[in-house]
Amino acid sequence: MSPILGIYASQISGHLVTNSYSSIATQTVGSGGASSITFASIPSTYTHLQIRGFYRMSSTAENKLEMNGVTTTTSYYRHFLQGSGSATGAGGNNSNTMAGYYETNANIFGTHIIDILDYADTNKIKVVRTLWGFDANGSGYVGLSSGANASTSAITSISLVPNAGTYTQFSSFALYGIK
Amino acid sequence: MAAGATYVPIATQTASGSVSSITFSSIPQTYTDLVLIINAGNLTGDSGAELRVGNGSIDTGTTLSWTYMQGDGSSAGSGRATNINYTYAGRSNTNFAGIGIVHLMNYSNTNVYKTIISKAESPTARVQVFVSTWRSTSAIDIFRVSDPSYNFTAGSTFTLYGIAAA
Repeated sequence: MSPILGIYASQISGHLVTNSYSSIATQTVGSGGASSITFASIPSTYTHLQIRGFYRMSSTAENKLEMNGVTTTTSYYRHFLQGSGSATGAGGNNSNTMAGYYETNANIFGTHIIDILDYADTNKIKVVRTLWGFDANGSGYVGLSSGANASTSAITSISLVPNAGTYTQFSSFALYGIK
Repeated sequence: MAAGATYVPIATQTASGSVSSITFSSIPQTYTDLVLIINAGNLTGDSGAELRVGNGSIDTGTTLSWTYMQGDGSSAGSGRATNINYTYAGRSNTNFAGIGIVHLMNYSNTNVYKTIISKAESPTARVQVFVSTWRSTSAIDIFRVSDPSYNFTAGSTFTLYGIAAA
């Protein structure tokens, strides 16, 4: 008997989860803080990755994203567009991948949503894009960034590192895979 | 590493006629982030879709603030608002639907203030990016999207998704 998919599907109730967007791992910072966050042994079974970060930092600084443990600044490229609440700015250079900027504030959490495209494709240089920002009721920044690592190696580990200070308690970073 | 499927549709509301607001209430607290996707038009002109949040009821206090940047076709700009009771979720325009994608980060975490980041795009008017803070540690279990100037047109859609971290 051939299945009549339309009829059967029409009888499904509730929410359908397609398995195309999956939670891989989450790291939450405890009371001692953390100088960096690393996702290691990332499975290669997805097409794209997304990191959804929610963080406070002990110092005013940029966030940077490092791939496969590469810490050499000049291995990365970036461009960004940002708004400060009074003006817009833009920049680009052969430097850290910009995964956000944060000015230290009590109780105010910044956020970033980072998309890492074709992370396991060994034919492509790895490109990331980030939507980021924080608002502290009178100060704040919001921005869009792109970045790249000049390597075609599949990404198997990702680190998020404050350029100064540490991530503070209740900061959390969740890694997702997209098929 | 554990993995689990997520990005779950929670609810969709479609305007059956001209409506001034859409409310999502009794939002389940079982996710890490919420994502609201708006595809909405209005009757008359370029307008921002306001977003108000709360716990149990919409917070009418001035506990929100925001910073934004935008491009309107001729210039780029940035601004902010402090001690206010709404932020923006999207744009809409006459005869053209505007799009808003709103991320309510850690919305159910009662240890922290809530951060909301959104992109609003109206192809005949402007593109904007907003970041907002709701200075409350209460979980968000209700929010309302409204157009203060014009009603949303019939067929405007508002879809809410939940994302659960491992």
